[in-house]
Amino acid sequence: MSERDPFGWIAIIAAMTVAVYLTRAGGYWLIGRFTIGARLRRMLDALPGAIIAATVAPLLLHGGLSALVTVCVAGVTMVALRNDFAAVLLGIGAAALVRAAGF
Amino acid sequence: MASRGMGLAIGLLARMTEKPSAKPHWTFAAFRQGVVATLPLMPGLFAFGMAFGTVAARKGFSLFDAMAMSGIVFAGVAQLIVVEAWPQELTAATIFAAAAVTFILCSRFLLIGASMRPFLSKLPPAQVYPFLHLLVEPPWLLTIRYQREGGDDPGFIFGSAATCWVVWVVSTAPGFWLGAAADPQRFGLDMVMPAFFTAMMVSLWQGPRRAVGWVVAGVVAIATDQLFGGFWYVVTGALAGSIVGGLSDE
Repeated sequence: MSERDPFGWIAIIAAMTVAVYLTRAGGYWLIGRFTIGARLRRMLDALPGAIIAATVAPLLLHGGLSALVTVCVAGVTMVALRNDFAAVLLGIGAAALVRAAGF
Repeated sequence: MASRGMGLAIGLLARMTEKPSAKPHWTFAAFRQGVVATLPLMPGLFAFGMAFGTVAARKGFSLFDAMAMSGIVFAGVAQLIVVEAWPQELTAATIFAAAAVTFILCSRFLLIGASMRPFLSKLPPAQVYPFLHLLVEPPWLLTIRYQREGGDDPGFIFGSAATCWVVWVVSTAPGFWLGAAADPQRFGLDMVMPAFFTAMMVSLWQGPRRAVGWVVAGVVAIATDQLFGGFWYVVTGALAGSIVGGLSDE
């Protein structure tokens, strides 16, 4: 981008925006084509937890000790206090401590 | 406060498309609740936005270009990766590549959007489809919990999404000016989303029988990641988990 090319910038922004919108609206639109019966409804109910688990599990494998500590501390804090602010704060605080200790 | 201003603007626009006599589909009380529920995540979102501003500055973007990109595209990880790999020559192929990478990185939103269908389909499509562009993880998860606690006012998800949008766009500027002066990793700020996800998992816990799907999701995601790499693991894991979770619940 050192030589300004406004057309190229607009083209990439437009292409990315269309791609993002297709994902954000596409699933919503597609599921609306189906009649949401009891079974599909249960799958949709199970979906949020499954998305989180599928996001966090590989991270635990790759993220090293700081990721493991973050998830454990945030989980325990949430169980004990039922407060997501405290869970996030203590979770990242623990990660910072682990890193400060040189891991 | 800026988010409330924007919310008011969205609200007024939305209201104008309705018949004046119609009962409102959502309320500002719920909108405010959504804003408040999102506040705990603001420091993490802010740090993430700053990281994008820093990368954009290093790549020679103007501040306006960087903020406009954040405001229009509104996709954190995809923005970082595409700007990091910004093509030297712009051809149809590089533009298509940017779109393809973005689509793959954002593919999880196909599922996130689907899971929001029962909640949002109360609204007229003229309100839902413009809003969906702002559907990111924090408002989605906070709304799932809001629903479990009995909430059903879409104003909540509007408030949460508007807060995320404002924080994301505004935070680009200090990142752009400060450059790499601050190291977000040192303060664990890259762990905000994993910590928040874990906390939400505790909120969603409904006993070990329901957790079968979560285990399946985690195992399939790890297997996909190990076997194929790339960014599809969220989609494969989540699909497997929701199918098993839904079936095992019968």
